Amino acid sequence: MYVEMKQVNKKFGSYEAAKNINFGIEKGKLVALLGPSGSGKTTILRMIAGLETQDSGDVIIEGTVVNDIPPGKRGIGFVFQNYALFRYMTVEENIAFGLRVQKKDKKEIAGRVKELVSLVGLEGMEKRYPHQLSGGQRQRVAFARALAPNPQLLLLDEPFAAIDAKVRKELRQWLKEMISKVGITSIFVTHDQDEAVEVADEIIIVNEGKIEQMGTPIEIYKKPKTAFVSQFIGTSAVLNDFHGFRGFEQLPEASQVIIRPEFVEAFKSDNQKFHSLIPCSEEGVIREIAFRGSYLELTLEVNGALLQTNRSLERRPVEIGEPMRVLLYRVYLLKDQDAYLYKNQLLKGVDVEAL
Amino acid sequence: MKKKKKEPMQYLLIGTGTAFFLIMLVFPLAEVIFRSLKDGLQVYSSAIIAENTLSALKVTLIATVFAVLVNTFFGLCSAWLLTRFEFRGRQALSALIDIPFSVSPVIAGLAYIMTFGRMGWAAPFIRWLNDLLGTDIALVFSVPGVVLATIFVTFPFVSRELIPVLQTHGTAEEEAAVMFGAKGGYIFRKVTLPHIKWALLYGIILCAARAFGEFGAVYAVSRARGKTFTLPLEIDALYMAGSAESITQAFAVSSLLVLLSVIMLIIKQVVETVSRNRLKVQAQQKEDKPCM
Repeated sequence: MYVEMKQVNKKFGSYEAAKNINFGIEKGKLVALLGPSGSGKTTILRMIAGLETQDSGDVIIEGTVVNDIPPGKRGIGFVFQNYALFRYMTVEENIAFGLRVQKKDKKEIAGRVKELVSLVGLEGMEKRYPHQLSGGQRQRVAFARALAPNPQLLLLDEPFAAIDAKVRKELRQWLKEMISKVGITSIFVTHDQDEAVEVADEIIIVNEGKIEQMGTPIEIYKKPKTAFVSQFIGTSAVLNDFHGFRGFEQLPEASQVIIRPEFVEAFKSDNQKFHSLIPCSEEGVIREIAFRGSYLELTLEVNGALLQTNRSLERRPVEIGEPMRVLLYRVYLLKDQDAYLYKNQLLKGVDVEAL
Repeated sequence: MKKKKKEPMQYLLIGTGTAFFLIMLVFPLAEVIFRSLKDGLQVYSSAIIAENTLSALKVTLIATVFAVLVNTFFGLCSAWLLTRFEFRGRQALSALIDIPFSVSPVIAGLAYIMTFGRMGWAAPFIRWLNDLLGTDIALVFSVPGVVLATIFVTFPFVSRELIPVLQTHGTAEEEAAVMFGAKGGYIFRKVTLPHIKWALLYGIILCAARAFGEFGAVYAVSRARGKTFTLPLEIDALYMAGSAESITQAFAVSSLLVLLSVIMLIIKQVVETVSRNRLKVQAQQKEDKPCM
């Protein structure tokens, strides 16, 4: 493991920002710390950087316990939320700062700055001040500045928060490419699951100062281990009193489940493709139809519960009040704090993926 | 900007403002200059170069220089402490800094006498210190006392100017510098100072202007005309002497103090203009090279 946290705890007054944090990150990985705001993800990042000191536990970088090593000596590049560029310095001076602190030779600094400016594609803007740059350009400067002293680990705190939604998607790809080009182990903090899923090799989900789950985006999406993760990732509806659905009769009374739109299939009763599955389905009525650009979002009332599903625009039109057959493929069953996948029992032996 | 025809209300407001400004500020100050020159330049210049006046000018300048130096240093420290650290008693310290604003300067002066005067509880300590150093420094009724009193009353200016700036500035840039391994002094010079320098300068100017004009606190600890009197005390002494000549002299010395204040005002204006122009230039550059 390249970066490790072992039994790390941190309190701010009575507020527990980190509770027994344990994880390890392999060299070269791009990892997202994902969680709602106030979950403690930024605190974890700042403890790795040394900007906060943990109350107990160890932070280990490349096999060395760095608890007592000051931030500047940990070999870490840090991209701050809102970038924290030195506003009274030009792009060039910003990037050169870390090298000047190290008292590198002038020629070497100039060479390195030039190299980084061209890496991030800011040629011709060397003499500008941060306030003369757009959000995306500032991010590039912050990235180049963090990389200038050749750190072994790059930490990014909400790197896309300060950028408007339009440019954000573009920059995600850019950052992912840059990081893989430089080949640096990186950890970034985000509250946006799309961002984490799209950019990261691995995701660490943080909630209330605890790590809920760590894994690849697919693993987290397909096999959420805890109740929190199953609700946090994807769009999901929680049903607190789930009963009487076909295929789920064996579940205990009043079970709590989570249902995602992709778990639900709604079809008209004359649909030939699903004809054989009608016995496994329930009667439902469309209550709401929302147009989502490339698909429709249907809200159906089934057995007194409201379920959502997405419907392709290629399929036959539907209208509010129309009766539909509703098939539930699977649910996440919640027990205490854990989540389990539970499949429709009537679909055993049916090749659901072929549908 | 387009020129619009002014409304009657605008004339009324501008008129009231101007009248107030003239009656309350300009006329009285003009009166000072006028009175000081009433008996001719001869009287004026002799009042200015009188031994007492020059001594008072010297004491005033000494007190101002020390007050500015000391308060700049402690102002920076306290502003830094209050905006960068969370600690017990932070609120209390913040309130304490403002004490000189709320306590009458005379009380400050008297407090110094009670503390450092011959009967004060700190007197033996000062005596001991003097013995140790082989010096004969008295804190009360002497120039050091005047300096201390001036420092006291001008203490809040620098820190009060800096605190809001440091607060809005935030700590992110300094943290960024820390991540690069920069040391405190370097961070202060390269990152913090460029940001606060105008506020600092402004605080220093206010501090100096107040130091020139301080009366009450200095009055309490200063008794020797021609030795420890500052310009305001000298003016008071001349005026209180009551003869027609001494009153004219009082106005002449006053004009000197007004001159010092005007100089400070001009410096302040220059500082403001320069800092505003800097912003304008930056904005201009931004317009010249549009962002992509």
